[in-house]
Amino acid sequence: MAVEEKDPVSGQKTTGHEWNGIKELDTPVPLGILIFIVVTHVWALLWWVLMPTFPLGTTYTKGILDTDQRKIVEQDLTEAQAQRAARMRAIETSSYEDILANEDLMKLVRTTGHQLFGDNCAACHGADGRGRANYPDLTDEDWLWGGGPEKIAETMKIGINSTHQNTRVAQMPAFGRDAILDRNQVTNVGTYVQSLSDPAVSTAQNIEQMKAGREIFLTTCAACHGEDGKGNREVGAPNLTDQHWVYGGDLQTIINTIHGGRQGHMPTWDERLSPAEIKILSLYVASLGTKQP
Amino acid sequence: MVQQLTTGERQNALVILLCIFVVGLAMAALGGFDPFGVHGVVVMLYSGGIAALVMKHYYDPEPAPGRQSQYYDDPIKVAIAFSLAWAVFGMFMGVWTAAQLAWPDLAFDSGWSSFGRLRPTHTTGVIFGFGGNALIATAFHVVQRTSRARLAGQISPWFVLLGYNLFCIVAVTGYFMGVTQSKEYAEPEWYADLWLVVVWVTFFLLFLATIARRKEPHIYVANWYFMAFIVVVAILHIVNNLAVPISFARAKSYTIWPGVQDAMVQWWYGHNAVAFFLTAGFLGMLYYYLPIRAQRPIFSYRLSILSFWGITFFYMWAGSHHLHYTALPHWVQNLGMTFSVMLLVPSWASAGNALLTLNGAWHKVRDDATLRFITVAVVFYGLSTFEGSFLAIRPVNALSHYTDWTVGHVHAGALGWVAFITFGSLYTLVPSLWKREGMYSPALVEVHFWLAVTGTLIYVFAMWNSGILQGLMWRTYTQEGTLAYSFLDSLVAMYPYYIARAFGGLLFLLGAMVAAFNIWMTVREAPAAAEKQADIPDTGLAPGASPAPAE
Repeated sequence: MAVEEKDPVSGQKTTGHEWNGIKELDTPVPLGILIFIVVTHVWALLWWVLMPTFPLGTTYTKGILDTDQRKIVEQDLTEAQAQRAARMRAIETSSYEDILANEDLMKLVRTTGHQLFGDNCAACHGADGRGRANYPDLTDEDWLWGGGPEKIAETMKIGINSTHQNTRVAQMPAFGRDAILDRNQVTNVGTYVQSLSDPAVSTAQNIEQMKAGREIFLTTCAACHGEDGKGNREVGAPNLTDQHWVYGGDLQTIINTIHGGRQGHMPTWDERLSPAEIKILSLYVASLGTKQP
Repeated sequence: MVQQLTTGERQNALVILLCIFVVGLAMAALGGFDPFGVHGVVVMLYSGGIAALVMKHYYDPEPAPGRQSQYYDDPIKVAIAFSLAWAVFGMFMGVWTAAQLAWPDLAFDSGWSSFGRLRPTHTTGVIFGFGGNALIATAFHVVQRTSRARLAGQISPWFVLLGYNLFCIVAVTGYFMGVTQSKEYAEPEWYADLWLVVVWVTFFLLFLATIARRKEPHIYVANWYFMAFIVVVAILHIVNNLAVPISFARAKSYTIWPGVQDAMVQWWYGHNAVAFFLTAGFLGMLYYYLPIRAQRPIFSYRLSILSFWGITFFYMWAGSHHLHYTALPHWVQNLGMTFSVMLLVPSWASAGNALLTLNGAWHKVRDDATLRFITVAVVFYGLSTFEGSFLAIRPVNALSHYTDWTVGHVHAGALGWVAFITFGSLYTLVPSLWKREGMYSPALVEVHFWLAVTGTLIYVFAMWNSGILQGLMWRTYTQEGTLAYSFLDSLVAMYPYYIARAFGGLLFLLGAMVAAFNIWMTVREAPAAAEKQADIPDTGLAPGASPAPAE
C-alpha cells in the first residue's frame, strides 16, 4: 500500500492504491465525457417523449408523435401499390402486342422482369437464362412447348409435370430399363438419333446399324418426336435434329436417356406469382432469345 | 501438474473423473448411435484420458508444504495452450467457411462440412475456445497477482479449465453431427448447457473465494470486470438455455420461450454475450496487461468507475437492437436503440482511459510490438463500440441489417479488439509465467502484428464495402416502383469481397500460427530470466521468513 504520490508525466496525484506495481491516477472525469453524457441522455429523453418506449402493464407509452412501425409499413405498402397500380393494370389488361409496342411498359418488363427472373427462375435456368445440364436454355430458338410470350406464360402458369391440375405432362419412357428395347436396340437407335444432328456419325462402316436404328426409331420414337425427328411441341417432345440438348447430345447421354427415360419438372408459378408478374416474366423470357447477337 | 496436488487431492480428482466417466457411460448406453450416445463416448474418452494422466503421476512425490505461499500457475499454463490450440482450429474453420462463401464447392457435398455446420464450429472455436480459455488464463493470473493471494482451490481451477474445454469439445463435435439449438452463440444442446452451468458456478465460487483471500485492501478494476463477466454470463446462459429435452437419451430439446419472446431472450443473451464475454472479460485483461506493459499508472480511477458501471448498466438494455423492424413491439426496439446510444459514453470512456494511460509511454508503443497489439486493440474497441451504437439506430439498421456490414462490425470487434488484446496479453504473460527473459523471437511478434493488422483491415474493409453495397442493392427501386436487383445480383456483386475477406482471414490465421509457434518456442527454448523480484503471494509473513522453498 503506497502513500499518495504525484505522477511526474501528468502531474496528477495517484489514488494511493497499488496492485503488483499498478497504480491509478486520481484524474477527474474529463469535461468532454460529461458533455457527451448530457448530450446522449437528452437525446434519449427526447426520443422517449416522442416515440413509444416504456411498457405500462398491458400497454406502453405511445409518445407524442403517436407513431407505430406497423402503421408505417402499412402506409408504405399502400403507397407503393398505388405507385405501381396503373402500370400493373395496363400490363394485366393489354394484349401482348400492345405491351410490346408500348415502350413505357416494356421498360417495366425489362427491369421488373430482370428482378423476377433472378429471384424465381435463375436458380435452374441460370442468371442469363442459358440453362445448364438438365435445365433448358431459354435464350435459343428451341422450345419444348413453344416459344413466344403466350406459350411461355402458359408453361409458367401450369408447369410441366407439376402439381397444377392442368399441368403439361411429358414423359420419355425408360425403353431399356422397362425392357421395351434390348441392349443392342438401345445402342442402335441412340447412334441413329445422334446422327440426326451430327451426320458425321453415320459412316460406311455402321450403315447396317443406322438402318436398324432408323427402323426402331420409326416404330418406337416417331409417335412423339416425329418421323423426321423434329419433335412435337404439342406433347413437349424435343427436336432431335438441332444442336440444342437438355440432357446432353453425346452418345452415352443419349443412350442413358433412352435406357432410363426422362421426366423433367417445371413447377407451377400460378400461386406464387400474380398474373401480371407471369405476363411480365413471359415477355422477359421471350426477349432473352432476341437479345442474342 | 499432478505434482502440485497432495495424495488426498489426487484421490478426489480421480473420484470426480470417475463420476464424469460414469455419466459418459450412461449417456453412451442410453443414447446408442444418437449423437447423445456419441457424446457419451466423448465424455468417457476425455475423463478417462485425464484420469490416466493423474494415475500415471499418482505415486509422484507430494508437493512441498509451502505451496500455499506460491501462486498457482499450472492451470494458467494449460489454459494458454488450450487457447492457442483453439485459436488455430477456430480461425482455420473461419477461413474455410469464408472460402465456402466464395467457392461453395468447398463443402465437398457432405453434410458435416456444409456451411451451416461449419459456421458454429468457427464461432464457438474462436469465441469460447480461444477467447474463453484466454479469459480463464488471464482471470486466474490477474486475480492472484492483484490480490496477492493464491487461487482458493487446488482441484477447482483444473475442474473449471478442463470442464470448460469438455463443454467446447462436446459443442464443436455436436455441430459436425448436426446437433444444434439453432440459437446463435448458444448452439450446444441441453446436456452441454447443464454441464457448463456446473463448471461456471465453480468458476464463480473459485474467483469469489480468491478475492475474499486478497491481501490488498482494494479490489482492482480488472477484477471488477472479470467478476461481471463471470456473474452475468452465468445468468445469460441459464435463462437463454431453458429448454425441455425431447428425451433424456436424445440430443434434442425445445426452448421454453415462445415466438418473439424467444427472439428477445436470445438477443438479450446474444448482445450481453458480446458485452460481458467479449467486452467485460477482455477489459479485465486490458486493465492489467496495459499498465504492466506500458509501466504507467491508469489515467483515471474515477473514469474507471464511471465506465464500469455505465457498461454493466447500459448493455443490459441494448439487446433488442438486434430485432429492429421485426415482430418485436416498436417500443422495445426504441428502448434498445436509445440505451445503445447512451452506451457509447462509457465505452469510449474506457477506450479513452486506456489510451490516456499511454501518455508518457508512446515511444514504447512505437518500439514494442506487444504494447502495439494492446494499443491497436483499444483503437478497435473504440471503433467497434462507435459502430455498434451507430448500427443500433433504427434507420441505419434498416440499411445494415442482414448484410455483411454486421459481419464486418463483429470482426472489427472480434479480430481488432478481442484477438489483439488477447495476443498482447499473452505476449506479456507468457515470459513472466514461464520466467523467461522475453519472447523467443521479438521479430516474430512483429511479423504477427503486421499480419494481424493487414488481415483485419482487409477483412473489415471488404465487409464494409460488401455490406453497404448489399444493403443498397436490396433497397434500390426502379422508376416503375419495383426492385432494381434480384437477390442473385447482390450475390454476384459480393463475390470479389468474399475472396478478399477469405484472404484477410487467412493472414490473421497465419499470424495466430506464428504466435502459437513463438509461444511454444518461448516455453521450450527462451533463456530463463534472472529472478528480479519475488513473484509470490503475501502470506502475512515477513520477507525471508516465508516457509516457501524455492521452486
